This record gives sequence, structure tokens and C-alpha cells, in this order.
Amino acid sequence: MPSAAPTWATEVALAAFSWQELAQQVVSGLASGGIYASLALALVLIYRATRVINFAQGELATLTTFVAWSLTNHGLNKWVAFPLTLLIAFAGGVALERVVIRPVERAPVLTVVMLTIGLLIGLNGLTAWIWGGETRSFPSLFSTGTVDVGGVAVSYADIGVIGVTLGAVGLISLFFRFTKLGLGMRAVAANPETSPLVGIRVGWMLALGWGLAAALGALSGILVAPTVFLEPNMMQAILLYAFAAAILGGLESPLGAVVGGLLLGVILNLAGRYVPEVGGESRLAVALAVILIVLTIRPSGLFGRTVGRRV
Amino acid sequence: MRLAWGLRVAAVAAAGLSLAILPFLVGDYRAFELGRMGIFFIAILGLNLLTGYTGQVSIGHGAFMAVGGYTSAILATRCGVPDYLTIPLGGLTAGLAGLLFGIPALRLRGLYLALATFGVAVAMPSIAKHDRLEGLTKGTTGINLPELHSGTWLYGVTWAIAAALFLLAFAIVNSRLGRAFRALRDSEVAASSMGVNPAAYKVAAFGISSFYAGVAGSLYALSNAYVNPDVYFVSLSLFLLIGAVIGGLGSLTGVMAGAAFVQFVPPNASSILDAVSPFAVDSRAPGVPSVILGAALVLVVLLAPTGAGGLLRRISAPLMGRLYTRSEGG
Repeated sequence: MPSAAPTWATEVALAAFSWQELAQQVVSGLASGGIYASLALALVLIYRATRVINFAQGELATLTTFVAWSLTNHGLNKWVAFPLTLLIAFAGGVALERVVIRPVERAPVLTVVMLTIGLLIGLNGLTAWIWGGETRSFPSLFSTGTVDVGGVAVSYADIGVIGVTLGAVGLISLFFRFTKLGLGMRAVAANPETSPLVGIRVGWMLALGWGLAAALGALSGILVAPTVFLEPNMMQAILLYAFAAAILGGLESPLGAVVGGLLLGVILNLAGRYVPEVGGESRLAVALAVILIVLTIRPSGLFGRTVGRRV
Repeated sequence: MRLAWGLRVAAVAAAGLSLAILPFLVGDYRAFELGRMGIFFIAILGLNLLTGYTGQVSIGHGAFMAVGGYTSAILATRCGVPDYLTIPLGGLTAGLAGLLFGIPALRLRGLYLALATFGVAVAMPSIAKHDRLEGLTKGTTGINLPELHSGTWLYGVTWAIAAALFLLAFAIVNSRLGRAFRALRDSEVAASSMGVNPAAYKVAAFGISSFYAGVAGSLYALSNAYVNPDVYFVSLSLFLLIGAVIGGLGSLTGVMAGAAFVQFVPPNASSILDAVSPFAVDSRAPGVPSVILGAALVLVVLLAPTGAGGLLRRISAPLMGRLYTRSEGG
């Protein structure tokens, strides 16, 4: 699978070390990290509300990215098509929660996990069914070219991706912080039993959470598609990176998801460049190692609270 | 009681006999397919011991099949071991890998274990392709095994092993070990207060289950006569999980239904879709098998969470009950 990093960096064999190159690697790592961060944030939003990991989050993102591709392919301007896609993704997320997840709201967590795995397989098939299995190029939001920042050439695409993800994360945290709806969603996440007592409609809050998560996933799909190319299995690796990012930051913490995502992006990029063993696909093994190490040493992640288990 | 036993023995004997002559009746290709089904049967049996009986979800059992398959291929090509002798070795290597993975996984319950095993499944192909292992695994090209066996051979070997492993699973489930597994599944706290050591039993369950996966993986390699990283891709792990859920978690009898589902539904997905769809759809498009599998998993979880095994129990319980009371009365 082509990675989000520029290929020239990996093809240059261990050449001389230079600070400029290190800085470039960090910036492009932050850019791919931003993509992992938005998908990781989507996972964390659902986890906080329902204690469930949505294994279908990546496939949902792929499906909606294909929707964006179809919209632009039918002549719609990308600045209209992409926001429209986010709205469609939001509606799809809400509908999915209402129809499929709602009936198992009170079932054990693992039942719901099985359900999301069913959705993973089904949505992957649906995408291949509708759009076929071939790889497509996807328009980038940003123009090509680089800008010089203190002697370091940084591409517009990298700056754009970092900016868009940070913007989206900022908007979401403002929404949670300052709107009544956001307060309601936080209340449901903190205490689903008592929040109905103060008039919060728990079911709709959960559905809203799924909608937001689907929109964030769509965003990550739209951002990553220009570099990895659009195909039905596009998000499979990204989903693993997002898992690693969410676990690194702490599954409980939205801030952790973002920091974890950015950090993971940088780690993978630097490892790919400076560790001869790591390159191309073996980044997946690095992500797996991150998951296993964090879960073994500090399961609550960097930003998670350690919660005692009561008998 | 005696009547029921006699009936059971006769039924098992008849089933065994008809299974033994089956491949000669249906032709070599069908025998091959049924052999493949036996491979899934073994792997799902192992997964069921772990997930259904011990309550630990693994989405990465395809990776342990890969360990078994690669072990067989390497032993058969490099050391000249006859390929059927590599099957137990493949199982043991995978079991060892499972034990090793089970130790960090001990700290992970439920969801986290699912995540970590999913990571194993996704990362496995890239590990097998890694430059450092290329000397052993031959990278993306994979390894060709010396001999391609007939379908009848595969059928016989696979189902003989499957029968032995089924008996082993049956013995495990009904032993002290199996009781400890179930106690851990139902309540880890209660189990450990009864003197069950959660760490030891969970690692044991992981090891046993990976052994099953490894045997299945070896047979899978033998059935193809090659291994490469893409044979054991993520979807294989997901297939096994689907089979376990459809067969019914915590039910050994249901495993047959799960294995049959995984073997026969994907290749026949388009005709199934034609049969159930009220509209004319392009049923030969790529992705249709996945849609059918995903939809089946969602429907089973929503409508029949106990799977085929649970349905079977519900149907057979009154029948068997009557059989027993009648024979005891007479």
C-alpha cells in the first residue's frame, strides 16, 4: 500500500543526516498524523459514548469518500461536493445508529463489536459492489508545490491537511464546550443512567455521536484519498493507524486521540526514514507494536485516566 | 436410556460410514471443497474454544493459520519432511506463537484484545513480506509446496484430523479445564475466587486455540500447495469469526454449520443474492460475497445471537428429552 509520506524520502537510502530533512520528515509525519487523528477522534467519540469500538469506522469513511468522488465526477465543484459529503456521512452515521446499533444498545459490548465487524465486511463489499474494485485517483483539496519555511520545503498539501484536521478538531471541541447539544452529549457519555432525568434524550445523543464520528471519518477519507488513491480497501491500514493513535492517546480522551494521531504520524515517518528495518508496509507492524506496548505498559494511554476496577 | 445410547451409536456409525464413502460418490472437486470445509471446521473449533468458551475475542486467527501454513511450507521444502508430517508441527509452532501472544494479551480484556488481535491480522502479511524474513518466507511470491494432493486425499486427511480434534475439544470442554474456561468467561472475579488462575487459563486457551488454527493453516497450505502473504489476509480472520458466530459461540455442534457457511456461501453468493433479492441486481459484481457475509453476521447477531448451535439446542432439547423419559419409563 502506498503510504502518505512522499516516496522520494523512502527511496533515498540512508543518506547523510540533515536537520532540514528531519524537519521535513516531521512535517509530513504531522500531515499523515492529522489524518490518523481525525479517524482516531471518530473512534474515541463513539467509545466515550457507548464503550464500543466501531470496527466499521474505516469502511464507512471509504464509502463516503467514494460518494465524494462520484459527486465531483458528476461535475460538482469540490468545495461544494466535500462539505455535502460530510453532511451525507453525518446522516448515514445517524441512520446506522438508529437502525442497526439501537436494538443492541443494552447488549454486552462484544455483541456490538461483532455487529460492527459485520458492518465492516458488509460496507466493504457494498463499496466494491457499487464502484468496483479498481483504484481511482482522487482530487486533492490543495494545490501542489511547496513553500519555504526557514529553509525547510513544506508542501501546501501537508500544511492544508494539518490545518483542516486541527480546524475540525477545534470546531468539535467548541461544539462540545459551548453548545447545549454538546453538553447533552457529554452528559450522556459521563452518566447515561441519570442524564434522562434532566431531560436529555439519550438515544438521539448517541445517534448524533455516530453522525459526528461518520463525518470525521469522511473527512479523513477525503484527506487521505489523494495520496493513497481511492479503492475499497483504502482505509484498512489507516484504521489500524487510527486504533494505534487512539490507544496511544487513551481511548477515553479526544485530546489524546489528536495528540496520539500526530505523534504516531511522526513516529512512523521517522522510523520509516531512519530505521533501515522499517519501510513501506512494515509501518503496519510498527503500529501493531505501538498498540501492544501501550496496552501492556499503560493501558489508559497518555491522556486517559486510570480507572480502578470494582468487584 | 439404553435405547437412546443405542440410537446415538448407530447414528454416529452411519454418519461415519457415509462420510467415509462420500468423496467417492461426489467426485474429486466436491471432495476438495468438503476438505476445505473441514479446514474451516478445525479453525473455527479452535476459535470457539477461545471466544465461545473462554470469552476472549480474537479477530486475528488467520494470522495463526499463517504461522502453521508457513511452518509446513518451510519444513516441506527445506528439510524435505513429508508434507503430512508437518501438520502437527505447524500446529505446535502456531500454538507456541499463540502462547507468546497470549502473555501480553493477558492484560487486555474484551475490547482491547479484539483490537490487538485485529492489529495482528492486518499487520501479518506485511510481517511475512519483510526483508529480514524474506529468506524464510520468500516475500510476496511465497513458497510452492512439492506436491498437490487430490481432493479425496485432502478430504480424508482433513476430516480424520478434524474428528480427532473435535473429540479433543469435547474432552476439554467437559473437563476441569473447560469448566475453568467457562467460569472465566462468565465472571473472572467469581472464577478467581474459586481458585481458577485467570492468567494461566487464559494463556492456555490462547495456546490451544492457536494450535487448532495452526493445524488448519498447515492443511490450508497443503490444499493450495502454496503459501503467500495474501492467502492469509485479514478477511480470512474475519471469515473464521463469522463462522464461529453463525455456528454459535459456545456450541461445538454448531461449528459444522459455521464451517459450511464459510466454505459454501461466498462462492455461491451471486446465486444466493438472485434468490433472495426482489429486484434485478448485478449479482456478479465484486463485493457481493462480502455484502452477503456482512449482512448474515449482522442478522445473526440481531436475530439469533446463539447461532445455529443455539437453534439446534432449542429444537432438539424437547425431542431428546422425550426420548430419554420414554426409555427410562419403559
